[in-house]
Amino acid sequence: MNPSSQKKPQQRTNTDDIDRQIIVATQNGLPLVTKPYKAVAKQLGISSNEVKSRLKAMLENGIIRRIGVVPNHYRLGYIANGMSVWDVDDEVIDEMGERIGALDYVTHCYKRPRHLPVWPYNLFAMVHAKTRSEVEEKVAAIAAILAGADRGHDIVYSTKILKKTGLRLCSPKEMEK
Amino acid sequence: MSNPVTLDDLDRKIINALQGGFPIVDKPFNEVASWFDIDTKEVITRIKALLENGVLSRFGPLYNSERMGGAVTLAALNVPQERYEEVTRLVNAHTEVAHNYARTHPLNMWFVIATETPEQIAEVISQIESETGLQVYDCPKQREYFIGLRLEA
Repeated sequence: MNPSSQKKPQQRTNTDDIDRQIIVATQNGLPLVTKPYKAVAKQLGISSNEVKSRLKAMLENGIIRRIGVVPNHYRLGYIANGMSVWDVDDEVIDEMGERIGALDYVTHCYKRPRHLPVWPYNLFAMVHAKTRSEVEEKVAAIAAILAGADRGHDIVYSTKILKKTGLRLCSPKEMEK
Repeated sequence: MSNPVTLDDLDRKIINALQGGFPIVDKPFNEVASWFDIDTKEVITRIKALLENGVLSRFGPLYNSERMGGAVTLAALNVPQERYEEVTRLVNAHTEVAHNYARTHPLNMWFVIATETPEQIAEVISQIESETGLQVYDCPKQREYFIGLRLEA
């Protein structure tokens, strides 16, 4: 796994104009041709070595999380998606978060603020499974890992997608700044 | 939410092996083809088909927006049932709201706000609060833990 994913999300890394042009050209995907980096390079009027070395650098410093396919979990049959939420002792949350995030059925794992009394939970772990009972089994396994650090938890299921658009990470207009 | 589809062994292998680690070389599909002992064309055709039938939502670099100065947060609302449709419309009208899900909890609407700067997050939240008259519970990530990121096909 890319070790840079351990960096704090707030940490900002500088990108220059050429990086931004590469981001705009590839944020919706790489061309499905034999030489995809050359196709991107041609579009931007730079060399394919430049594209490759910049992509490698962005992968290294965490601007790119990974390069590859992004599956739609519903289409893979992961139709039961539970947001498991936990009230974990602040003293041990980082240690526990690392252990839970590493489980292969947990696709996102974050520390977030509590909003007492409505929302006592500070650890979010998204669990994907094929049925709700499978989600519950997995959540029970997480509870066993947390043991005494679990001061209460819940599973919040999504019942409907109200909106889903791609995240536009870098708009062409931003490049004019 | 879309229905599951049937995949063959090769589709599964491609999906499982390619959730990261796509080679940065001149002919990356050649390298991928050699892992599975198939044609380069076959790899490209398969990925194309999986994108078309929606098994893959995208193929390429996955960027980390916060690392580029953008900001993202997860926010929730407790929406009275009789106002659910109206509030959905008000929230979704913001282009900064990327995803929005109905969820089973008194906090029954959860959405992701993505903006180009951190300051804009607070602006969007206060606009939603004044338009809906509801309190927005802002849950920005304070820390992200290591993620395996692999869903087995």
